[in-house]
Amino acid sequence: MKFLNTLSTAVVVSSLSLGATLAQADSKEPIVIPTHNWTSQITMAYVIGGIFESIGNNVSYVPADSQAVYESIRNGDVTISHEVWQSTFGKSFNNALDAGGIIDVGAHAAVTQEEWWYPAYVGDLCPGLPSWEALNECADLFATAGSGGQGRYLDGPMDWHGQETLERIEALDMNFTAKFAGSSGALWAELESAAKDNRAVVVFNWSPNFTDAGDGGSFVEFPAYTDGCKKVDGGDGKCGSPPAGWLKKAAHYQMPKKWPSAYKIFNQISFTKSDIGNMAALVDIDGMSHEAAATKWLADNEATWKKWL
Amino acid sequence: MHYFREHKWIQFAALLAVFYALVMAIDPATGGNLWRLQETPFWLLPDLINDGLRFVIDDFWVVDVYDAELDLTEESTLMKEFTRTLSGAVLFSINLIRELLLGGVKTVVAFTSWDFISANEWARIPALPWPAVAAGAFLTGHYLGGRNLALLAGASTIYIALFGQWTPAMQTLSFVLVTVPLSLFLGLALGTIAYKNKTFEAILAPLLNVAQSMPHFSYLIPVVVFFGIGDHAGAISTVIFATPPMIRLTILGLKKVSPEVLEAGMMSGCNARQLMFKVLIPSARHDILIGVNQVIMQCLAMAVIASFIGARGLGYELLVALNSLQIGRALELGVSIVLIAVVLDRLSLAWAHKQTDYLADRPFHVRHRHSLCFLGILIGTSVAAYLASMVFPDKANYLYFIHESQGLSTESFWDRIVDWLVTHTYDSVQSFNFFMTTSVLMPMKAAFLAMPVAATLFLVAGTGYIVGGLRSALIVTAFIAFIALTPWWDRALITAYMTSFAVIIAVTIGCSVGILCSRSPRATKVILLVCDTLQTFPSFVYLIPVIMLFGVSDLSVLIAVIVYATIPATRYTVEGLSNVPQTLQEAGSMSGVNLLQRLLKIELPLAFPHIMLGINQTVIFSLFMIIIGAFIGTDDLGQLIMQSLSQANGMGQGIVLGLCVAFIGLAVDHLIHTWAEKRKEALGIN
Repeated sequence: MKFLNTLSTAVVVSSLSLGATLAQADSKEPIVIPTHNWTSQITMAYVIGGIFESIGNNVSYVPADSQAVYESIRNGDVTISHEVWQSTFGKSFNNALDAGGIIDVGAHAAVTQEEWWYPAYVGDLCPGLPSWEALNECADLFATAGSGGQGRYLDGPMDWHGQETLERIEALDMNFTAKFAGSSGALWAELESAAKDNRAVVVFNWSPNFTDAGDGGSFVEFPAYTDGCKKVDGGDGKCGSPPAGWLKKAAHYQMPKKWPSAYKIFNQISFTKSDIGNMAALVDIDGMSHEAAATKWLADNEATWKKWL
Repeated sequence: MHYFREHKWIQFAALLAVFYALVMAIDPATGGNLWRLQETPFWLLPDLINDGLRFVIDDFWVVDVYDAELDLTEESTLMKEFTRTLSGAVLFSINLIRELLLGGVKTVVAFTSWDFISANEWARIPALPWPAVAAGAFLTGHYLGGRNLALLAGASTIYIALFGQWTPAMQTLSFVLVTVPLSLFLGLALGTIAYKNKTFEAILAPLLNVAQSMPHFSYLIPVVVFFGIGDHAGAISTVIFATPPMIRLTILGLKKVSPEVLEAGMMSGCNARQLMFKVLIPSARHDILIGVNQVIMQCLAMAVIASFIGARGLGYELLVALNSLQIGRALELGVSIVLIAVVLDRLSLAWAHKQTDYLADRPFHVRHRHSLCFLGILIGTSVAAYLASMVFPDKANYLYFIHESQGLSTESFWDRIVDWLVTHTYDSVQSFNFFMTTSVLMPMKAAFLAMPVAATLFLVAGTGYIVGGLRSALIVTAFIAFIALTPWWDRALITAYMTSFAVIIAVTIGCSVGILCSRSPRATKVILLVCDTLQTFPSFVYLIPVIMLFGVSDLSVLIAVIVYATIPATRYTVEGLSNVPQTLQEAGSMSGVNLLQRLLKIELPLAFPHIMLGINQTVIFSLFMIIIGAFIGTDDLGQLIMQSLSQANGMGQGIVLGLCVAFIGLAVDHLIHTWAEKRKEALGIN
């Protein structure tokens, strides 16, 4: 009986995977995909899950903290991570790589940008933006109760880039102080509240993100990044962030053995910036649930993902 | 001299004067170890703990494990195999209950394999239609507690279904239905052992203190490393947090059982086991039931935090909603959490109070009318739901399940309120914000940061000595000295500044409201209900609205903290005042006191020890919420605890930081408890 089951699943799998040569069939145990707390990541989890299911694999989803997840991948409790952002999770990811048990499965086509950012209406309040010098001129527009008269830049949580912001402010001799927000939710709340009464804010933001849609906003232009310009790398610190950061994928080291075809597909998967933006927009703008958005994306973009199979 | 010895407040004033002189005398630049302790080998403690835990899980007692699927043998450790087996058992129980409610395959997989499931589409547990579960809740309520309870349970279930929160709510319910019994069982078992064995109690007491006052985030990573990620990990960290109050209340209840009852039991020839289960535990029922209430509240309070390490359900949905600023939706999810807590609490109380009627000799269908009725409804609704999906195969089937997007919602209403608040009150809020930040908070923070280690330790030791003698002085000094030895003294001072500010305001508000409400029995009832509700309401919900009003600032954090920490201050004041013995009140009236005199001279002094316990809880609640405030953005210990989630030696650092927070709480706890005990003795109420 067991033999027949294996045989029949093998037939199903090979017929579905469109003639991909299989050394060994994938395990039927579910591939565990983590979901964090931002839209594009959750929707992409269901999209990738849907792709795995289309070749007959089982998938399960688990809510996880976005920093703690790499430890779980090492231990095999979670199988993959599909959005490893260079500056925010690079440290956790590299720590896990050093400890072993996790593999780097390459990067998405989308490159990421992470920089000081302001909503579109702030451009009218402070003409001359996006140049950082113009921003510095308007510093008093950005002052808050706790900033002591200087402009306030709301940075992401301290563990995302540590001292880099403070060093940059000092190196460029800007009339700004940095305040570290505790979570991305805190950034969005501050943005939303500022937009309601047209107040000037400059916050840490990244792209691709849901803020790319709608009225949007722009990144502040700092002196261009060159290799080694950062203080930590021995430079003078007078430069912005790298214009194209990576967005990687990671997997548990046993995945290639246990789910060879799924791993092969995961290796191929590469979303572009507009893919990610569309996935997020289906939820944030059209108000769909994450699962429904993923189903719709898969149906609308068959051409994109079928070629990865 | 005699006067000085008799009056503690003079001693305390003298202590403060010396403290102030010390602060002035120690110069930050030249103070050296008196100002801040310099680096010692103690700073390696986080790494040591980290390496120790790693060793236990990764290298200690290596065993070979054969993976049948991959056909290879891998190395694992005994500890890992043990913890993973435990996780598996917990996960199986959660999945079993979850799949009975929502349907699924994992329970069947536990007995067969994933290959089997993939090959056999039929091998799965079908989901219950929501009307059947609502009817079940209604009937259970009716069976245990009559009409009112039936209405409460039924209506809550219908609310959850109509608002489109069925799946997350049932996920949370299945999670809670495992953690609550597990915590109750562990609490009762450990409590009875501690009651019988003094040594065990002595070992347990400090562990309980630490488990209750450690911030949860500090042990998330160790739980993930040892137990994996998922509902089981969430469940295990919930049990760590929810069991201590049950143990405490079990011990308390058992100790209160009068010796006469015990002797009566022995005279009737009970053996040890009968004595425990038939005499002691039933007699201690009152306190044990308070324990049950606490466990249920704590388990649901953990719903949000457990979702950081993989628990599904309302807590996770709430985090996602907050992160995309859907405050209305987060509120609705919060209400569902409160409803589940209230219904479970009332049902368990009713169950405990229900008497078995041994004498009634009734026919089968009367005795089992609730079960029979449920069976009927179950079949009826299942058939209806099945038929509906046959007739309208491509329409949403409301009889079976109401999806989030089709449910009712009051979201736009709440969002409009928030909108209005932000746009219309911004200017006045901003001037308040500016005043508080520049004139109160920043100077206060600077003052706290100017406290040298030596002067602070002196102050703490002195306070301990005045309150409880040499022993107290040693205990509290040890707690604070531990913090001074870590590299995080400044951070701890910032935490202390935020706690002090929040506690002062929360106690002022809480005590005033409590005193006012305790004047009328009806107001007392209402305010206790409000306290119960707010305490279970997930505190994360406050975080986003305060940012919208006050920005990412200390003031935002403090306002969220004050909202949360006022609850125990109010509750304990009301309880303390309404427990003042009637006879004393009458004695007062006979001596001709007026209402104000009665409050000031009789009620407040008598209620004071209880109110102090409320202040103690306020401190613990504040610390708890300040750590959560790190999600808004703080620069205290909480920020580092969050940061330790992504660090290489995160486990050790998180635990040591957590201990720092716990020790602040425990030092205050020790002082207040000792003081309250002495007051009680002096007043003759104990």
